[in-house]
Amino acid sequence: MPSTAENILNSAVRKARSISRDIHDASKIINDIFFWSFISPLKGKPLRFRASINEMVKAGYNSVPIVAVISFFIGIILAFQAAYQLKRVGALIYVANLVGVSITRELGPIITAIIVSGRSGSAFAAEIGSMKAAEEVDALISMGINPVRFIVVPKLIALMVMVPALTIFSDFIGILGGFVLSVTILEIHPVNYFLQTVNALLVKDVMTGLIKAWAFGIVITTVGAYQGFKVTGGAEEVGRRTTAAVVASIFLVIVFDLFFTTMFYYFT
Amino acid sequence: MENAIQVTGLVARYGDREILKDISFFIPRGMTTVILGGSGCGKSTLLKHLIGLLKPTQGQIKINGKNIAALNENELNEVRKKMGILFQGAALLNSMTIADNVALPMREHTRLEETTIQIMVRMKLDLVGLSGFEEFYPSQLSGGMKKRAGLARAIALDPELLFFDEPSAGLDPITAAGLDELILKLRNVFKMTIIVVTHELPSVFTIADYVIMLDAGEIIFSGTLDELRASVHPRIKMFLERQPEQETYSPEDYFRIIAGE
Repeated sequence: MPSTAENILNSAVRKARSISRDIHDASKIINDIFFWSFISPLKGKPLRFRASINEMVKAGYNSVPIVAVISFFIGIILAFQAAYQLKRVGALIYVANLVGVSITRELGPIITAIIVSGRSGSAFAAEIGSMKAAEEVDALISMGINPVRFIVVPKLIALMVMVPALTIFSDFIGILGGFVLSVTILEIHPVNYFLQTVNALLVKDVMTGLIKAWAFGIVITTVGAYQGFKVTGGAEEVGRRTTAAVVASIFLVIVFDLFFTTMFYYFT
Repeated sequence: MENAIQVTGLVARYGDREILKDISFFIPRGMTTVILGGSGCGKSTLLKHLIGLLKPTQGQIKINGKNIAALNENELNEVRKKMGILFQGAALLNSMTIADNVALPMREHTRLEETTIQIMVRMKLDLVGLSGFEEFYPSQLSGGMKKRAGLARAIALDPELLFFDEPSAGLDPITAAGLDELILKLRNVFKMTIIVVTHELPSVFTIADYVIMLDAGEIIFSGTLDELRASVHPRIKMFLERQPEQETYSPEDYFRIIAGE
């Protein structure tokens, strides 16, 4: 029988090996995705635009209703919470500032990213995972077609376009939510609210939100693809990897958000 | 006899387990070669090595004189364009119609006009008896039809080498016989080199010109059908006569197994 020390050492080595394999796989997929999205088109291998548009409809257009509803509600909630404090100091008009700035800088991108993670991140992992399980990925390779180029790149292009686009939409609807609440229940004059919002918002606020959204699109696609390609078994593993993709992409979206917010705080 | 594929000293390992143990053989050009073997003998692993999906731990796989184990991804893709593969589950892309599936290799690897591609797709589908199913999705087809569609895709670029992974697995005898007929037709009419991995005996005796038999990661036979029938190798006789494995334990062994020692 091996001693306890040996057991601990063994399991530590095994753990370290599996972590290093994960890092290797992840860096390989990131490398492949960037090569086939940005470098190979320059070498004359065309991107699959029709597939990208198809993905844009699935990931972007189809999530418009849910993004609209959630952003509208968040706008209302934010206005309520702001009014709760600002009312005491008689500065109710600043609800417009708070809603405008926090939605464009923070909540618009993050809400959109979380919805897209849940809808598309999971769908990517499930789609790629079941293609892997059904030998479709092997079939592509054996036809001399790179699966990353064929499956992942159109999704990446779609999300790089659609997450920022949905974010703009979410910003607009969120501010509208705040506006509706303010002009009705808080009894702020619509023109005042509008002018206050326009004065409070800087182009910078919207732009930083969009840069974040663009990065979130890349994060969500990469995580979905990584989890999908990790599938080796059957249906059960597809399910497990899909869940993992959603959890990991929401986590990484927040991590990247922290990173970008810190950067923007110091450098803009 | 000219060789299409020459394998020398092929060793394949999954972790510590050795799946293929230093095997060497050749596959003749323009004939149907069947790679025969029981479940778990390493024949699927061998197929994956032949089509370049797995890299060998050791050894050479020469296809038309090129060692595919030493090629980089781009060079390997050039070799792959001359190969067609029918996977066990057909492996059609479920998100595309049958016509798009068959057209895929042509769209990716040739600069043919779209109208030409459409005509070629109809020709290939007609060849496998699937005319009129162009706009169907794979999920709307039966198992046998999926395999036929997969075959149409495999021959889309008129490959020199055509691989079949368990073509009759999961098919009824009539459909399986139809597929065998197609394999014969492809060899006779198009002079393709065909490699079939299977364990179905009836189909082996219909289609094979040359047989390679694998057992526990080693080659125990290679030769013609007549030589296979005449073989006195005990494993081959068991396989051909459908005899079960003789596994009898002593009472002590059995006790040890159930006690988990």
